[in-house]
Amino acid sequence: MTATPHKLWRFNGGLKLPDHKAESTQETVFKPPLADCLTLPLRQHIGELAQPVVKAGDKVYKGQIIARCDTYVGAHIHAPTSGRVRGIEDHPVPHPSGLTAPCVVIEVDGDEDWGEHRMPPIEDLQNLDPARLRHRVREGGLVGMGGAAFPSAVKLNPRPQQTVDTVVVNGAECEPYITCDDMLMRTRADAVIQGLLLVKRALQPRQCLIGIEDNKPEALRAMTEALGGEENDNIRIVALPSRYPTGGERQLIRVLTGREVPSEGLPADVGVVCHNVGTLANIYRAVIRGEPLISRIVTVTGSGVQRPRNLRVPFGTPISHLVAHAGGYSDDVERLIMGGPMMGFALASDQVPIIKGTNCILAARSEEVDPPGPVMPCIRCGECVRVCPANLLPQQLYWFTRARDFDKAQDYSLFDCIECGCCAHVCPSNIPLVQFYRFAKNEIWSQEREKQEADAARLRHEMRQERLAREKREKAERMNRKKQALNDDSTADKPATAGGDPKKAAIQAALERAQAKKATQGADTTQTDQAKPPSDIGTQEKTR
Amino acid sequence: MRFKTFTSPHMSPARSVNRVMRQVLYALVPGTVAIAWFFGWGVLVNVLLAVTVALAAETLMLMARRRPVKPFVTDLSAVVCGWLFALAVPPLTPWWITLIGVGFAIVVAKHLYGGLGYNPFNPAMVGYVAMVISFPREMTLWLPPETLAEMAFNLPQTLQVIFLGQLPAGLTWDMITGATPLDRIQTELAMDRSLSEIQASPFFGAVAGRGWEWVNLIFLLGGLWLIQRRVITWHAPVAMLGSLALISGLFWLINPEVYASPLFHLFSGAAILGAFFIATDPVSGSTTPMGRLVFGAGVGLLAYVIRAWGSYADGVAFAILLMNMMAPTIDHYTQPRVFGKTPARKEG
Repeated sequence: MTATPHKLWRFNGGLKLPDHKAESTQETVFKPPLADCLTLPLRQHIGELAQPVVKAGDKVYKGQIIARCDTYVGAHIHAPTSGRVRGIEDHPVPHPSGLTAPCVVIEVDGDEDWGEHRMPPIEDLQNLDPARLRHRVREGGLVGMGGAAFPSAVKLNPRPQQTVDTVVVNGAECEPYITCDDMLMRTRADAVIQGLLLVKRALQPRQCLIGIEDNKPEALRAMTEALGGEENDNIRIVALPSRYPTGGERQLIRVLTGREVPSEGLPADVGVVCHNVGTLANIYRAVIRGEPLISRIVTVTGSGVQRPRNLRVPFGTPISHLVAHAGGYSDDVERLIMGGPMMGFALASDQVPIIKGTNCILAARSEEVDPPGPVMPCIRCGECVRVCPANLLPQQLYWFTRARDFDKAQDYSLFDCIECGCCAHVCPSNIPLVQFYRFAKNEIWSQEREKQEADAARLRHEMRQERLAREKREKAERMNRKKQALNDDSTADKPATAGGDPKKAAIQAALERAQAKKATQGADTTQTDQAKPPSDIGTQEKTR
Repeated sequence: MRFKTFTSPHMSPARSVNRVMRQVLYALVPGTVAIAWFFGWGVLVNVLLAVTVALAAETLMLMARRRPVKPFVTDLSAVVCGWLFALAVPPLTPWWITLIGVGFAIVVAKHLYGGLGYNPFNPAMVGYVAMVISFPREMTLWLPPETLAEMAFNLPQTLQVIFLGQLPAGLTWDMITGATPLDRIQTELAMDRSLSEIQASPFFGAVAGRGWEWVNLIFLLGGLWLIQRRVITWHAPVAMLGSLALISGLFWLINPEVYASPLFHLFSGAAILGAFFIATDPVSGSTTPMGRLVFGAGVGLLAYVIRAWGSYADGVAFAILLMNMMAPTIDHYTQPRVFGKTPARKEG
């Protein structure tokens, strides 16, 4: 292997899994014909919902922004091809809940007409300003291609107090069955490397480490070739031992650099920024070719399809369309999974679209996925401890969750669970452990939300009570003062008395009133601040 | 097309409780054969009887508790429990002791606490200790290894002794039974004999008692196989045997005429069986890696204390039960450092 020797570190646990990657890498990436209709959910990324900027009946061009998301953590959505907007409709989206969400539905005209919507290529790469790169990445609607779909521009903008000395490129693709990154590296290694060079110019790291598991020799070879003379330029391609979940961001950073991302922190806290190979290729496309993020490679695999392969498809393409171009279902297909077999979620229907974060469609037959027996009690064998990459005690978390003792579960670091599924995979009692942890996390979040709402309501109530009491008091005082003034007027009938007094009092009273009013307003604004629901972006990001 | 949905992970697990227990049983087979070789048919009769009683008690309790019978009976945990009990008792133990002991283990120690996965104490050891305390005479009637005995019982004779309590004509209990090596040094030390005198007898074999040393060596191999198959972890056995060797070695160096050697302690009694097959019981033992070390070390230490200064000759069963009590506390204080967290500060 041509890869440079590089010291590797270890993380606890993990699993050697049968990788099932050969099935879908027999053919090169295939581009199927366009589907008749594309369904584009308004949220395909972590962050706020994008706002549609087209309406039913509009003609859209390929690459045109159809929904904007201008919050810091957010990504625009572009038309993947030209056509006409059928409407903005609720449609089933790829989500474990199986619920519907607002989507822009485009009737495809088949012209692939860019109109005026290709972004101008950036020519002057030597002087590429980081802000300009970020802007382009943002305009292109780029999100992380590893599955979590976190807006890429944010990762290119380290906070001032953070110095990034290492860029880690994630080509590990550790989850069984998935091969889209493998195929991308085999076929478009140059784009990945060019994208990395752009990121390198913007972030000026000391080193760039490209991690690829050693079960992908062809990808390693292609990447090394594409890198060519850049090797000495502090860019290294590192073959990693294949061990699930090496491709988890924290695990990969640990393996390549020996650094541990703090439990509550981000990779930038230890001087690292991590990008998936797919993201880098997209950065290249956005900068050099002016193409926004409108399509991706999706692995369609599993024994539930006749012809497993990788397909490059525009977003919004229904899964049924992909399956049709992977030879259709086998007779006894049992389960349809978006993502891999360890962390993916089962879909109720194949009428949902491919979105930015979709790396794999896995159609499985029953013998691949069916539990071998009934759920048994936990025998505390500790095999889950042995495989947990976060070093948790899964059996204790399970115990506390069952007892609904969520405080205790948090004491045992429930939120450091990355839901990789290793524990459930080795559990001899067949306990769906990850489901328990998800349940516990959701319960805790909803309890916190309720508590915050209750706190806000209580505060609002107390403020109101206080205001009412104050107003009553002030009213009484005013009445008293007026009464007194009247009394003074009637008793002191000597005209010679200093006429300034009542006037002064009136002015004073007006001043007090104004001040009181100001105070009340001030209180009101603090109150609304506190009542604002907390943003849960941070927590969402952690779960991915 | 519509599909049924399930939660991730979607790859079916490769292990099952049945498989874990089955592998434990496989690992017990060679050692069991070895005991039978040295101590006669009674061992096999006891195993068979104990397993039958265990399965019957398990089935009855599951029915009484209205639990599904098949998955729990076929998980083989009751078989393991009965089997371990049978290995712990003397070869000619009367049938009713096995019946009561295994019944107590399954009914009280296991099911009254909630069945598989919920018992705070190792059921086989609870059953064994209850019998040792209740029927001390019957529970110490060991046989000398057959190579030393004047006559070996055949199967019908063995059955007659176990089930009818009738010895073959012309024999008395005193004539056929003998103590275990641990028993014997305890008794003879009390008579002010020195260890070198005591151990000169052929009864004590090369290091730890004729027969006993071989049996334990074979249990050791079975235990190592379990570690290699990832059924158990190395922590508890290594810590237990290590601490036992360490403390016995210390006293042996101080006075080898009163305190037996570490090798004797490791290979004479129930140390090996206890270390690999009982201290590793996942349900009643400690469950963190560090905790298993503490747990094992505690068992080794307590077993030695009981052997050297207690009134029972062997202390492994008591030591394990005592440490079972400590397991939840040990687990609390030995949580591993979570990835990305600085060493956790523990509050009581």
